[in-house]
Amino acid sequence: MILFWIVAIISVASALTVVLHRNPVYSALALVVALFQVAVVFVVMQAHLIALLQVIVYAGAIVVLFLFVIMLLSLEPDVPRPGRYGMRAGAITLAAFLGIELAAAALASQPSPDTLLPPDYGSTKQVAERLFTTHLLPFELTSVLLLAAVIGAVVLARRRA
Amino acid sequence: MDVIIVVAKALVALVICLQVTVLLLWVERKGSALIQDRVGANRANLFGGLLPFNLGIVNTFIADPVKLFHKEDIVPAEADQFLHWLAPWLAVFPLFLTFAVIPFGDVLVLGGREINLQAVELGGGLLFVLAMVSLGVYGVIVGGWASNSRYALLGGVRGSAQMVSYEVGMGLALVSVALTYGTLDLQTINREQGALMWGFLPAWGVFYQPIAFVLFFIAGMAESKRAPFDLPEAESELVAGFQTEYSGSKMSMFMMADFIEVAIVAALVTTLFFGGWQIPYLQRDGFHFPGGFGFAVPSLAVTVLQIVSFLVKLFVFCWFQILIRWSLPRLRYDQLMSLGWKRLLPVALANVVVTAVLVLALEGWTT
Repeated sequence: MILFWIVAIISVASALTVVLHRNPVYSALALVVALFQVAVVFVVMQAHLIALLQVIVYAGAIVVLFLFVIMLLSLEPDVPRPGRYGMRAGAITLAAFLGIELAAAALASQPSPDTLLPPDYGSTKQVAERLFTTHLLPFELTSVLLLAAVIGAVVLARRRA
Repeated sequence: MDVIIVVAKALVALVICLQVTVLLLWVERKGSALIQDRVGANRANLFGGLLPFNLGIVNTFIADPVKLFHKEDIVPAEADQFLHWLAPWLAVFPLFLTFAVIPFGDVLVLGGREINLQAVELGGGLLFVLAMVSLGVYGVIVGGWASNSRYALLGGVRGSAQMVSYEVGMGLALVSVALTYGTLDLQTINREQGALMWGFLPAWGVFYQPIAFVLFFIAGMAESKRAPFDLPEAESELVAGFQTEYSGSKMSMFMMADFIEVAIVAALVTTLFFGGWQIPYLQRDGFHFPGGFGFAVPSLAVTVLQIVSFLVKLFVFCWFQILIRWSLPRLRYDQLMSLGWKRLLPVALANVVVTAVLVLALEGWTT
């Protein structure tokens, strides 16, 4: 429980840094910290496989590509711009809605940490079994989606060259 | 008692990692000299030449680190101070953790309790290694960016692209190994390799998965950013790439990260493909040669032999990497990318498919 609070505080702080920091490189690095903390939460929940995949895929590959793009474009630190109040108000309203919704969902589910987990919860075998039986259709749809993205990227790159 | 055992095992893993690193520093200097027909590091003539042999090894063990850590630490004025400081830590820290899951022996029987010779017993050890190696890229990319120098930035960008590309092939090579042994636990993979094929051939990964071994070794060398894959630091083009603006102890941390990566690749090749701590025909109670004869060996001696076997294999593969580094010229950037994506990746994918079909067929056949 103590670990959970430490992780929670660090992840919220780093998530805020992602949004609020003026320098995109710092934002991306804070995103790595936030993703890492989520991986720690997975470890606390005994889901070791998901935690490791989280680190490999998100922290190890995706944010590296973010950084790659940021560096290639050599983005300058943001300067706060005046105006655009309508957009800001809209963003704050949407964020508030999302926050209320998440809070409601969390309150409604009332998780109790000790009773939920079956003995081999989160093991590689169990995750794989679920993935290839109960959740086969979403899994396959996701892979089709990714394939479409890859083909799209190749087509765009070819057209440019 | 359990706490002491855990701390001791963690210390052993750390000591192996550090000592191999320091030793590699010397082996690389002398080895490269041997390959290039030079004398190499020879300025350690202690006791005024009274000794018949050269103490270059002492020089590299003690004098070199002391020298490096006392050099002035220069930070460019325009650099991002915080990230410039952070980058070497990002490069070294995840790599230290990798050694925690590598088994360096079977079990040590001590006072009636069996101690598993692996610092952390993690079910997903293979994935843990991949995760930590993939985090190592941040040292390169952050160091390159924070230095605020064109050479460093180019090195950082190259490094990130290279490491992400080769991680794919590396991961797929490991998938076929995991399929073969049916587990992600490195210690279990190691124990499985103690079996015999056709009664005489040790069931090492290299005999089951020769293609995966070659793929993994190439991808691993690319991950460690050393020649022929040293484009992130290509000294003839980029001065020293991502570490151009680093000096003193920070530079030596990057150097250490390089050597730890060499050691990690060697340790993984040993563990996954060459039986790790296994010695052919040596079981827990002694040697059992094919043909029915053999002799007993005391349990403690077996453990010592296993650790020695692991270390010997580790050094052989470290040396092999040094040999390759000093023999091959650097790849061009487009060659690097086409090797990674157009050669390694399709072969690795085909290997996974063939392995999966074979595993399924053999399982169906036996059950």
